[in-house]
Amino acid sequence: MENRVLLAHGSGGKLSHDLIAKSFVSTLGNPILNKLDDSAVFELSGRLAFTTDSFIVSPIFFPGGDIGKLAVCGTVNDLAMSGATPLYLSLSFIIEEGLPIDELEKIVSSIYQAADEAGVKIVTGDTKVVNQGSADKLFINTSGVGIVPPEVNISAANAIPGDNIILSGNLGNHGIAVLSQREGLKFQVPIPSDCAPLNKMVAEILETSANIHCLRDPTRGGASTTLNDFAEQSQVGIRIEEEKIPVHKAVLAACELLGFDPLYIANEGKLVAVVSPADADKVLAKIRQNQYGTEAAIIGEVVNKHPGQVVMKTSLGASRIVDVLVGELLPRIC
Amino acid sequence: MKFVNEYRDSELGKKLIDRIHHHSTKPIRLMEFCSGHTVAIFKHGIRQLLPQTIEMLSGPGCPICVTANIDLDKAIALAHLPNVIITTFGDMLRVPGSHSSLQLAKAEGNDIRIVYSAQDAVYMAKDNPDKSVIFIGIGFETTAPTIAASILQAEEEGINNYHILCLHKLCPPIMKALLDLGEVRLNGIVCPGHVSAIIGSYPYQFIPDDYGIACVVSGFEPLDILLCIDMLVNQIETEQYKVEIAYRRGVKPEGNKQAKLLMDTVFEVGEANWRGIGVVPLSGLRLRKRYERFDAEKNFDINPGPSSEAKGCICGSILRGVSTPLDCKLFRHNCTPEHPLGPCMVSAEGSCATYYHYGASYGE
Repeated sequence: MENRVLLAHGSGGKLSHDLIAKSFVSTLGNPILNKLDDSAVFELSGRLAFTTDSFIVSPIFFPGGDIGKLAVCGTVNDLAMSGATPLYLSLSFIIEEGLPIDELEKIVSSIYQAADEAGVKIVTGDTKVVNQGSADKLFINTSGVGIVPPEVNISAANAIPGDNIILSGNLGNHGIAVLSQREGLKFQVPIPSDCAPLNKMVAEILETSANIHCLRDPTRGGASTTLNDFAEQSQVGIRIEEEKIPVHKAVLAACELLGFDPLYIANEGKLVAVVSPADADKVLAKIRQNQYGTEAAIIGEVVNKHPGQVVMKTSLGASRIVDVLVGELLPRIC
Repeated sequence: MKFVNEYRDSELGKKLIDRIHHHSTKPIRLMEFCSGHTVAIFKHGIRQLLPQTIEMLSGPGCPICVTANIDLDKAIALAHLPNVIITTFGDMLRVPGSHSSLQLAKAEGNDIRIVYSAQDAVYMAKDNPDKSVIFIGIGFETTAPTIAASILQAEEEGINNYHILCLHKLCPPIMKALLDLGEVRLNGIVCPGHVSAIIGSYPYQFIPDDYGIACVVSGFEPLDILLCIDMLVNQIETEQYKVEIAYRRGVKPEGNKQAKLLMDTVFEVGEANWRGIGVVPLSGLRLRKRYERFDAEKNFDINPGPSSEAKGCICGSILRGVSTPLDCKLFRHNCTPEHPLGPCMVSAEGSCATYYHYGASYGE
């Protein structure tokens, strides 16, 4: 008989205990988690950053990652974008009965790998199993805490005219990689999702420059939404240049085919940084040295015109507004 | 990517823009029929780059926008029937009908699913033999052959629970209807690219012959559109009106014979109801008698009741090229992509959504 998750695995009884011990703790274990108390207890001091995110991506395995890797990277990156050093994560599963245990273990293994790479620990967790049809295979929630160094002050409200805008690499890889696996739309893309922990990249650039004003990972809503958030919250204008925005040609081709704009497609391993012009080149160089930032580019600047608006210079030399995403472009992408 | 980057070359683009500036002396008005062209023109900022002599208008070539409310109401009424799965292209979901939308009907628990092609709907019918699967068939000559193929496939495989709500529309007849209305004086038409890939360029010949209006079929990349405008300017400046193709890699004068045969096998020409224009004879497609058992309207009893339009919405006159979204009092205030009142704000290719997203007023 194939080994599958049963409703009883979420009952809190023997099967739950076995699942936690065999499938989770054996892979993710550390001194805090291993106690299996009702809460994780640990020492922290300084300014805390605290975030939470739920992951419902479909399909749960996609080129370049799976829902587990995404659940770690998503929360690690949200902490990193506040300038925090991510430390501890919680991990909560909602499993649809019938999920093959080997798939679950594969996901736990990639959770371990992503957490290990990011240098964070899973210190507490929960498992629920629901009837078939009440969830779609597996949903994961992660929350995370990190410490923000005292000198760091990063916020979407901090952009000032003259600042440069740096994008850490090609846009749209994650959204297109996931979409390529959807039923009814299967197509081959030679590029995987960009899903990756960016906390090391952030630590490197914070060490390089004290003049990083805004940081954000352009996930759902894409880069356009991130740039609009900066413009709106800082009450500044943003100008970007179409020709400077890095997009892999396969993503561009898929976007053309499906009628999408790469500026609106989700990314899971990219950041947008708003940096003082004097420091922009050295920050760019630092990002490019990181394995996840080799295609990084300066794509535009902050201006004191059209506050709240993002304007793009097209490759023909005209200008147009880059609006926020309205509605849902691609459902269940993360 | 082959066939994208080479048609976005900024240097070549700038040369074409210079040529248009150099050649254009007469004040002229051009209409891009197809909403795909409208989006491309705004996305690349082409209007700003043209000389002041050239005015560009957007036409009725958005299949979702021209769907009349009465037809949307029928789709919504079908969705409320028991044991029915409605399949549709995604954009249709949000379009408000007279009283509701497919999106609202879906939230109420009716089974409405987005598909990427009619063939997916046929497979869905095969997988759900105890349900009726109805595909909302909208679009112009571009999509009609694929819908025709889906009907033939269903027939061949003996799938009897597949139906379509046939709302297909035809381009050349509505162009003629618009020109006969005489509301807008035009000098040239940017003819649709994808439609022409199917029907070819011959069906537009009446436009230069009978109306003295220049016609050039265009592709969707910035260089295609600029080349098309340059060719239109040339025809108008030299007063030699004809049908030309600026999209040779996609369009042959005779079109796609196989696709036309498919369409002709399954459909016959009939009247169609166009938003803002009304019922136009010979401007739509309906299923031939032999395929009537696939016709949702003929096989399901629905009574959508009287239809009505949102008060103050001028989508109709925008679709005729008489007004622009900027003329609409609701635009940006009461009607936004989040809370659309008319279809031109819902469809990603609708004029209102395009003006809204790409900032029509910016740089103009």
